[in-house]
Amino acid sequence: MQYPSQNVARLYFMAAIGLFVVQIVFGLIMGLQYVVGDFLFPAIPFNVARMVHTNLLIVWLLFGFMGASYYLVPEEAGRDLYSPGLAKLMFWVFLIAGALTIVGYLAVPYATLAKITGNSLLPTMGREFLEQPWITKVGIVIVALAFLFNVGMTVLTGRKTVVTMVLLTGLTGLALLFLFSFYNPDNLVLDKYYWWWVVHLWVEGVWELILAAILAFVLIKTTGVDREVIEKWLYVIIAMTLITGIIGTGHHYYWIGTPAYWQWLGSIFSALEPIPFFVMVLFAFNTINQRKREHPNKVTVLWAMGTAVMAFLGAGVWGFMHTLAPVNYYTHGTQITAAHGHMAFFGAYAMVVMTIISYAVPIMRGQDAKGNRMQVMEMWSFWLMTVSMVFITLFLTGAGILQTYLQRYTDTPLPFMIVQEKISLFYWMREAAGVVFLIGAILFVLSFLPERKTSSSSTAG
Amino acid sequence: MQDIFTKSMARNIYYGGSLFFILLFLVLTFDTHRTLPERDNRENLTEQVAQGKRLWEENNCVGCHTLLGEGAYFAPELGNVYKRYGGKEGIKAFIQSRPAEGIPGRRSMPQFNFNDEELEAIAEFLKYASEIDTQNWPPNIQG
Ligand code: HEC
Ligand code: HEM
Ligand code: HEM
Ligand SMILES: [Fe+2]
Repeated sequence: MQYPSQNVARLYFMAAIGLFVVQIVFGLIMGLQYVVGDFLFPAIPFNVARMVHTNLLIVWLLFGFMGASYYLVPEEAGRDLYSPGLAKLMFWVFLIAGALTIVGYLAVPYATLAKITGNSLLPTMGREFLEQPWITKVGIVIVALAFLFNVGMTVLTGRKTVVTMVLLTGLTGLALLFLFSFYNPDNLVLDKYYWWWVVHLWVEGVWELILAAILAFVLIKTTGVDREVIEKWLYVIIAMTLITGIIGTGHHYYWIGTPAYWQWLGSIFSALEPIPFFVMVLFAFNTINQRKREHPNKVTVLWAMGTAVMAFLGAGVWGFMHTLAPVNYYTHGTQITAAHGHMAFFGAYAMVVMTIISYAVPIMRGQDAKGNRMQVMEMWSFWLMTVSMVFITLFLTGAGILQTYLQRYTDTPLPFMIVQEKISLFYWMREAAGVVFLIGAILFVLSFLPERKTSSSSTAG
Repeated sequence: MQDIFTKSMARNIYYGGSLFFILLFLVLTFDTHRTLPERDNRENLTEQVAQGKRLWEENNCVGCHTLLGEGAYFAPELGNVYKRYGGKEGIKAFIQSRPAEGIPGRRSMPQFNFNDEELEAIAEFLKYASEIDTQNWPPNIQG
């Protein structure tokens, strides 16, 4: 590690992975509620478990992005972090605000939480992914601004590289677009229209910039390939991302009361959205093939390749599957959506955070890489999580195809609840795959526990 | 290839392309706003509907249900439940009759203990939602 202040990233990474494990536990609770309907009812109703699951996902990914930035920005800028103290302070603010919010979800009925946090003053709650009380949302904005200031000052007073500029653009976009979470008009169509400015323009817009920048950084470090080459790839990826992804928002404007021309615009542009993900696969494999050195951290290289491939599968292939308006007419809001959401979020964002953790944590401990045994364990965690996520996706896709057919496509459509019972086998199988996923995640944590000194490639603890 | 397509060309495509499509998106958003009154059923957006929407939000109905296909996939689509139930009464009766302890073995919906005014507001909100012009979505009454 070149700069002592990079070390603040460690806190962020620990929180990220801890919350990740909790997220999965709540996923498993919901998975069981899908088939054993009254499981934990009324103590933890499904909607509560879902809020915890999805909000923890967002929070731990944000921790991961911030940790990644605190690690890589000083190194890229060639100077210490502007204010490590501020970074630490904001860590605790974010962690406590996040924890209090989750406790609030679990401890009291949601309507009570809305009342005690004054939702009527500024109604923003009760919309998917944006369920947080407005105080929490304000907290998120404050943390994001302090973070951007800290990282921004580091970059502005240091060396400016393409990687950091792309990362900063992505992070700034993330913060700005989040402001639309405060806009909640009574008009349902407008509400939905701008809700997607947070959700879609995040995951298919600015977050992709963050993803590409982190991936580029790790590839530069592990392969030693010339920056010029990597930067060109980076520009191609983010250009394609924004050229396709912005108008691609239209794939959410088919059936919510918006004009019909969005069916054309959304279909055409979002059909092109897989391109940047495909370029990312080419980028990762080409760069690794042309590597100038063998980095001892083999498992990081595995994560980097895995991220590119799984992001392409989850976002590109599974996204394309239901993105054309005539298809989406039948699949909209079914298990097909859930299948895609899982593989895309995991493949792109969860995996890139684990990539940078895998790369940076050993270095922060003064080694180039973990010892062989721990690397092998981490590889196991990679394969267990990746393969079980593929199965989760396949099972949900199976459920989704049947659901779409039985409830929407046949001449004698069946009611929702009847269809759900008919396809419960798929939910059982999803749950089983989910348990394997949890084991993989736990192995990931274990592979970072302190190791004994006997290992081969480590230089000291 | 390496020399023909340079880094600065890639960068220019990024800047130019992003700027162009951001502007185009803003223009389309403006146009959407302009034509929205024809289809978003705003003429029926009463105080009561607004109250119903707030109740919808403050009880996190979207955490189990979809509304116009967005939300959670655990419970039936409610964008067209007004049509499926043929009016407000059935909806109100359903919401009112949920057992507090759930239904053994079956996916359960909480008992929210709404008063009559609140029930009416929620039903009005669901009626309003069902009258938005959604280009004929969902494909059939089952949602
Ligand atoms: C914890 C999950 C959950 C929450 C939260 C929830 N519901 Fe439900 N809801 C269900 C389930 C499950 C069913 C199907 C019940 C059955 O068929 O036995 C259902 C059914 C319904 C139905 C009947 C739909 C049909 O087609 O038969 C209506 C209407 C409804 N809910 C309204 C609401 C409203 C309004 C709210 C918010 C105030 C709400 N629900 C919150 C789980 C939930
Ligand atoms: C990493 C990138 C991506 C992530 C994390 C992601 C995630 C998600 C999630 C979570 C949803 C569900 C939203 C909801 O709750 O309503 C969703 C919906 C959708 N996504 Fe993606 N997505 C990504 C990329 C893509 C791409 C590239 C495409 C198209 C090629 C795509 C097409 C769609 C479509 C059409 C829907 C709407 C599904 C419906 O109608 O129910 N996504 N995505
Ligand atoms: C491993 C076990 C997991 C199980 C059993 C599980 C289960 C579930 C369930 C039941 C839902 C709610 C679906 C609904 O609305 O009806 C859900 C939603 C979601 N989960 Fe998971 N999950 C797991 C892991 C993950 C992981 C690892 C990620 C991402 C990294 C993730 C991301 C999401 C997202 C984005 C949603 C919202 C989807 C949407 O709105 O379409 N889950 N999950
Ligand atoms: Fe999207």
